[in-house]
Amino acid sequence: MTDSGMFGARGTGDTSGYGGLVRTAASTGSSERPFGGYFDDVADDLERAYPAFSQAIERIVVDRGELTLHVKREKLVEVAFVLRDSLKFEMCMGVSGIHYPENIGCELVAVYPLLSMTNNRRIRLEVCVSDSDSHIPSLVEVWAGNNWHERETFDMFGIIFDGHPGLTRILMPDDWQGHPQRKDYALGGIPVEYKGATTPPPNDRRSYK
Amino acid sequence: MTTFDPYAPSRETTEGTVFSVTGGDWDSLVQEIGSTKEERVVVNMGPQHPSTHGVLRLILELEGETVTEVRCGIGYLHTGIEKNMEFRNWTQGTTFVTRMDYLGPIFNETAYCLAVEKLLGITNDVPERASVIRVMMMELNRISSHMVALGTGALELGAITPMFFAFREREIVLDLFEMISGLRMNMAYIRPGGVQQDLPEGALPKIRQAVKQMRKNFKDNTSLLVGNSIWLKRTQGIGYLDLAGATTLGVTGPVLRATGLPWDLRKVQPYCGYENYNFDVITADTCDVYGRFLIRMNELEQSLRIIEQAVDKLEALEGAPVMVADKKIAWPAQLALGGDGLGNSLNHIREIMGTSMESLIHHFKLVTEGFYVPAGQVYQAIESARGELGAHVVSDGGTRPYRMHFREPSFNNLQATSAMSEGGMIADIIGAVASIDPVMGGVDR
Repeated sequence: MTDSGMFGARGTGDTSGYGGLVRTAASTGSSERPFGGYFDDVADDLERAYPAFSQAIERIVVDRGELTLHVKREKLVEVAFVLRDSLKFEMCMGVSGIHYPENIGCELVAVYPLLSMTNNRRIRLEVCVSDSDSHIPSLVEVWAGNNWHERETFDMFGIIFDGHPGLTRILMPDDWQGHPQRKDYALGGIPVEYKGATTPPPNDRRSYK
Repeated sequence: MTTFDPYAPSRETTEGTVFSVTGGDWDSLVQEIGSTKEERVVVNMGPQHPSTHGVLRLILELEGETVTEVRCGIGYLHTGIEKNMEFRNWTQGTTFVTRMDYLGPIFNETAYCLAVEKLLGITNDVPERASVIRVMMMELNRISSHMVALGTGALELGAITPMFFAFREREIVLDLFEMISGLRMNMAYIRPGGVQQDLPEGALPKIRQAVKQMRKNFKDNTSLLVGNSIWLKRTQGIGYLDLAGATTLGVTGPVLRATGLPWDLRKVQPYCGYENYNFDVITADTCDVYGRFLIRMNELEQSLRIIEQAVDKLEALEGAPVMVADKKIAWPAQLALGGDGLGNSLNHIREIMGTSMESLIHHFKLVTEGFYVPAGQVYQAIESARGELGAHVVSDGGTRPYRMHFREPSFNNLQATSAMSEGGMIADIIGAVASIDPVMGGVDR
């Protein structure tokens, strides 16, 4: 961070930083072995306990000391059962959605942080689906506590969790239109005037990236 | 019955007869319900109900006074904090997260800042003094949060005196917060890279004095409730949730520790240097409301122990920095208390306005634009007063979060209400919900 030059200057001499409301998706490649720490053990154990490992796991990413397994959605429930029963990931800490409108075919991402209290380990599962076919199998039968989390992710991103016992909105009113945390859903807001100066709503303020 | 009853009017729906009770005339309602053939009654409780621990709506299916099904209705306090943060820079994020779980602002801020620091790769650069202050603030916050849990929980079960004691103790903590950060709640005190400002002069003796006072005061509630036969009758064996249930529901915090599992992230996955403090993880093996109550009571003493150790460390670290050295991240101004409140120190104003154009530019850029965080995602969990508070932060390399998600312990643990209450009596739901200690600001975000 220290030698990244002037604030916001990227390629040009313009240091105003003004770039308009441009959003770019973050994508990282797959990591190579050895992953370090217990991550190799997790990958080995999963490979041993789950023969279809190579078909189910698309990528393994180790970044900032955290392990992410990118799972094909068709295999998600199988992998989850193996992780819970054989690798002792007893707890799933919910699901968090991410919307990347520029990643065509992989717009909606569901992220599941898992916790093994037996081995004191944490890993993360990631599943991505396209916007037009936003179905992911529900993990409520594996970890019952995912019930509300999946409802929240459905509510906010419109990801449909197949097999969920009651996939209804949870935070927004039942008759709400749209899914508020998607990137194509505007934040809204009104300009605020204070002592003669007007502050535009956050949606319309200048953005630095 | 066909006469119109202004206090309990009824109407026919596809689901059966619906009564709207608006007054206190329960006799006529009981009479009318008694005349229907249906034995099953669905009662809506909340969201504006004094005993639901905030704007929580409970939909109860009753047979007599036995609860056959409980459903929670939430979302009444949804504020869109996660979405809003995508439109503010990383430093401004603290101001938002502090308002989620409004009884545990320091926990929210710390989880968020630790996650941002992990993304920036500066976790090890955060000065020790900042980490110690964070630990001290978190433990003070744990006390104030447990005090509200205890006070309101007892109040909801009909005991008013514990609430007076609890809020008296909470006031001591809030006074300390005000002295240190300037605000009693929603402080935005923990910032990415450290803390907003150093402790004011004379803070440590005051904290020591407060610890002494609280240790003495806590005895009042202990002698009032521990072993009290009425309290035992309302809490023992109520709201049962065992380890298997807690695990599958993802329940953490005091509710999990009441099943006998000593799972505390401060011990098992330490952050902010918790491994350098002596304290015990409190457990109970009763899996009920009383066990959770005892855990909270006993955690108070452990928090006091940690605070004392933190104060000792702070005395040794007097004058050390409280913010990372990297000036591209650290807020440029040293804040100072002036005649018109807290603001940029006069020395700093003098420098940027009078002597250094570059300092002015730097200040302006950092405040308006903020710093860039390399792309990637992290999940950072801490042990808040209610359980595992996880911050899932995604950056696209910009000056604002691309996506923020908080795994709120209140949100998750509230799911256990059904498992705890179904098959029990209607009056025991209150105890069960109070023992989860959900804060609706955190549940709905």
